[in-house]
Amino acid sequence: MASLANVHLGTPFLPSPASLRGRSAACGVGGVAPRRAPRIQAKIREIFMPALSSTMTEGKIVSWAKAEGDKLAKGESVVVVESDKADMDVETFYDGYLAAIMVEEGAVAAVGSAIALLAETEDEIPLAKSQAASSSATMASDGPAASRPVADTAAPPSPLETAPEALSSSPPSSNFSPVAASSAHPASEGGQRTIATPYAKKLAKDLKVELGSVAGSGPMGRIVAKDVEVAAAATAAAPVSTAPPKSVSNSSAVKAPASPAIQLGTVVPFTTMQGAVSKNMVESLSVPTFRVGYTITTNALDDLYKKIKSKGVTMTALLAKATAMALMKHPIVNSSCRDGKSFTYNSSINIAVAVAIDGGLITPVLQDADKVDIYSLSRKWKELVDKARAKQLQSHEYNTGTFTLSNLGMFGVDRFDAILPPGTGAIMAVGASQSTVVATKDGRIGVKSQMQVNVTADHRVIYGADLAAFLQTLAKIIEDPKELTL
Amino acid sequence: MQASLSLSLSLPPAAPRSDPAPTVFRPSALRFCGLRREALGLRPLRPAGSTWVFPSPARTPSRKTVAAVSGNGSPSKGFDYDLVIIGAGVGGHGAALHAVEKGLKTAIIEGDIVGGTCVNRGCVPSKALLAVSGRMRELQNEHHLKALGLQVSSPGYDRQGVADHANNLASKIRNNLTNSLKALGVDILTGVGTIAGTQKVKYGKVGFPDTEITAKDIIIATGSVPFVPNGIEVDGKTVFTSDHALKLEWVPEWIAIVGSGYIGLEFSDVYSALGSEVTFVEALDQLMPGFDPEIGKLAQRVLINPRKIDYHTGVFAKKITPAKDGKPVLIELIDAKTKEPKDTLEVDAALIATGRAPFTKGLGLENINIVTQRGFVPVNERMQVIDASGNLIPHLYCIGDANGKMMLAHAASAQGISVVEQIGGRDNVLNHLSIPAACFTHPEISMVGMTEPQAREKAQQEGFEVSVAKTSFKANTKALAENEGEGLAKLIYRPDTGEILGVHILGMHAADLIHEASNAIALGTRVQDIKFAVHAHPTLSEVLDELFKSAKVNTGVSPSSVNEPVTV
Repeated sequence: MASLANVHLGTPFLPSPASLRGRSAACGVGGVAPRRAPRIQAKIREIFMPALSSTMTEGKIVSWAKAEGDKLAKGESVVVVESDKADMDVETFYDGYLAAIMVEEGAVAAVGSAIALLAETEDEIPLAKSQAASSSATMASDGPAASRPVADTAAPPSPLETAPEALSSSPPSSNFSPVAASSAHPASEGGQRTIATPYAKKLAKDLKVELGSVAGSGPMGRIVAKDVEVAAAATAAAPVSTAPPKSVSNSSAVKAPASPAIQLGTVVPFTTMQGAVSKNMVESLSVPTFRVGYTITTNALDDLYKKIKSKGVTMTALLAKATAMALMKHPIVNSSCRDGKSFTYNSSINIAVAVAIDGGLITPVLQDADKVDIYSLSRKWKELVDKARAKQLQSHEYNTGTFTLSNLGMFGVDRFDAILPPGTGAIMAVGASQSTVVATKDGRIGVKSQMQVNVTADHRVIYGADLAAFLQTLAKIIEDPKELTL
Repeated sequence: MQASLSLSLSLPPAAPRSDPAPTVFRPSALRFCGLRREALGLRPLRPAGSTWVFPSPARTPSRKTVAAVSGNGSPSKGFDYDLVIIGAGVGGHGAALHAVEKGLKTAIIEGDIVGGTCVNRGCVPSKALLAVSGRMRELQNEHHLKALGLQVSSPGYDRQGVADHANNLASKIRNNLTNSLKALGVDILTGVGTIAGTQKVKYGKVGFPDTEITAKDIIIATGSVPFVPNGIEVDGKTVFTSDHALKLEWVPEWIAIVGSGYIGLEFSDVYSALGSEVTFVEALDQLMPGFDPEIGKLAQRVLINPRKIDYHTGVFAKKITPAKDGKPVLIELIDAKTKEPKDTLEVDAALIATGRAPFTKGLGLENINIVTQRGFVPVNERMQVIDASGNLIPHLYCIGDANGKMMLAHAASAQGISVVEQIGGRDNVLNHLSIPAACFTHPEISMVGMTEPQAREKAQQEGFEVSVAKTSFKANTKALAENEGEGLAKLIYRPDTGEILGVHILGMHAADLIHEASNAIALGTRVQDIKFAVHAHPTLSEVLDELFKSAKVNTGVSPSSVNEPVTV
């Protein structure tokens, strides 16, 4: 019944395949598999995740009984592993030094995968560390405690040349950490402090989000869990439909890879991104919003688009540019209410454009859309879409919007109404441009292309007259769009 | 005793490990219930070198005991009371109850409210909050509920309701305590007590102790208050101690807890269950420094890492400024060793849980030449107060937090009972190593006796071997039925004698499970004997059953037990 048992493992340290060699030998193999050429003097063994039961496929590292640099004697307990049945102490079969821990406490590793490196002598520790650093991405920068200064810098592109330096510069003692610990402190660096709550930090670590690039929405601008989730969702998801507006055929052509079929009668939990969207949507209920609609004639805009399309200008960029120019004249519509007590007038006009992606949506931001010319803006938009597809959007590229555009025109939707994203003042829903029979000024019946736009705004800061004036300006710009190309 | 042993042996299928009966029936098995104090490393009952002789009691205690049944006794000649206790906390209450039972005319002086810290600002209300947090935690753990087949939609709580529960519990227990004192006829004297001289106590309003009474014996049981280090400004709203936190006036979104002892740990359990995020600030290099390291490590894995909690270790909170003018609470951290500034935290609230300081000011200790040590009243192992020149002060005792020996409510009560026993002429030394302690997190942590490092250090000094046995809650049927398999029980013992040195448990209901071990230590029960005790199946107590059974005792090895028969 004893569930904490000491197990001797015959397999965890397999010397021959796992042995690493010296640097010189590695050279000869051309860097493809430097670890394969055996050399007897320098022996670095891998410590594998043992199979503690017949059903075990992966194990969780409960705790490391030894720290990096500790000397190990044969038969000593090195690590406690949690299997599907119990926690077990795992012992080493070899004397040596625990050179590098590759799987941190609390992390899970598949049975048979390397979880640490064992060096035979102290001199080989830096070597093993650099080996571990280059072979394992997970072990880098996992927290202040896990500092491996020398090895880290030595590791990446040309380990062969830097390794000797690492060896000579490292103190004879097996304890390397103090070197890095002193400079690792974030608060002391450049006065640029990152305040994030404990859960936000945990999430950032789990979701691999760089906290420095996340904008905080909590009290006093601190980063809270929600911010990290939004940031993670943005980088994790690729856009599905980023086709230029007003082209139904186009968008269907760019359909994302078919998502797994939906099983009817099941309950599927939200993904992180969907959870973040859900939270944001509920949060939006605390904002008193109202809507103002406007019908804009687009014949002139369509003509312009046809003319400069060949230069890579997209309709999205045109709409964003027009909106930004209108916002320039109505800074109030570009403002927001953060605390329920004040106007926050944003210094720049950043147009966020909603893009549907697999299982969610994201809002890449065209920054300073009022200042950037239409051609640069179009290139920027293309770049953002490409980045979003490659899941490489940085947080400032999707969460710094001051005004949001949402366009469903490409689906033939003629009008809809958008929900205001928390933290911004207004969002504009753009419908399809359609040929409409209208009464012209001279009293005749004519046909014009018209689209309906509908702005949702936070009435705490933006009033009806503000929106009306803004829409009037916008309509003027779109109906006489020559300014857009200036 | 023989009977109880033969009972277990008469069921060979249930105890297949029993070898043929004769080997087990050796006399050593009689230690089963024996009070073998020397086995616990205690001093002999009366130390040979003791210079102080206990005054022989003027009356026969046994006769008084009979009188006690009908209420508070009559005082000894020339005194208002046999015993006056200053402080009506759990320690004073325990002492008073036992004193009345032993026929002593007893009074208890209380300057605040009956019940002291434990009942009003400590263990009791915190248990109410923890009861809530435990349930919230269960209801929020979708994974856990799903595994049980339960569906609960969006659990929530009403802060005021939770706060009321804690407050109501405290007043209920306070009333119970007051009533039990009154029912026994203990005089409750209201006011601040001061020692006026030998066998003399004054009490009354602060600064005006106008009533003087005499007592044959006096017990100081004034307890403690939260300790707030220099540089920390407590405003009671955003920077506060456990006193304020227990009122649960608000639930901050982000709270820093300074100190990761059991108070801090329990509050982290409460706050994180109610939705707060928590940051621990610990001066030592690891969290939960008082716990057995292995338990501490597991506790960190179970109680800290998966929760919305982070921590800074090896740092002092040099300065804490309450939130004001729209600014958050600011905590300046410095390195505990180098004193270099390390970081500044900006949080919504800070709970100061850096321990407790004795409440001994204004007791008039200077009147009788007592110099406190960091506020603690110096006492010997019999709780007799020692004066500045190292002499024992006759008729004066100090129990509980005020002496700092073991700052636990039940330890204070046990010390009080021990003192009353001495007053009654029956010498008594409390074995503090047999007093259990518990931390009521979810799951709970409990301990009794020595930690493994303590045991190993003692073993090295005294030259004996130490062994450790462990069992996991994962192997326990009841724990698995509850889907609470996370947990560990650890036994530290002497393989040569089977003496239990310490037991540490982390797991469901650990606080209730520890008493089998603490009783065994108090009664001197050895591992090889207690392993035959039967536990109901399936219960959590089988975790300890299995623990004792997994211990390997070889009583033949130790030279001290060479002549003793061997239980195999």
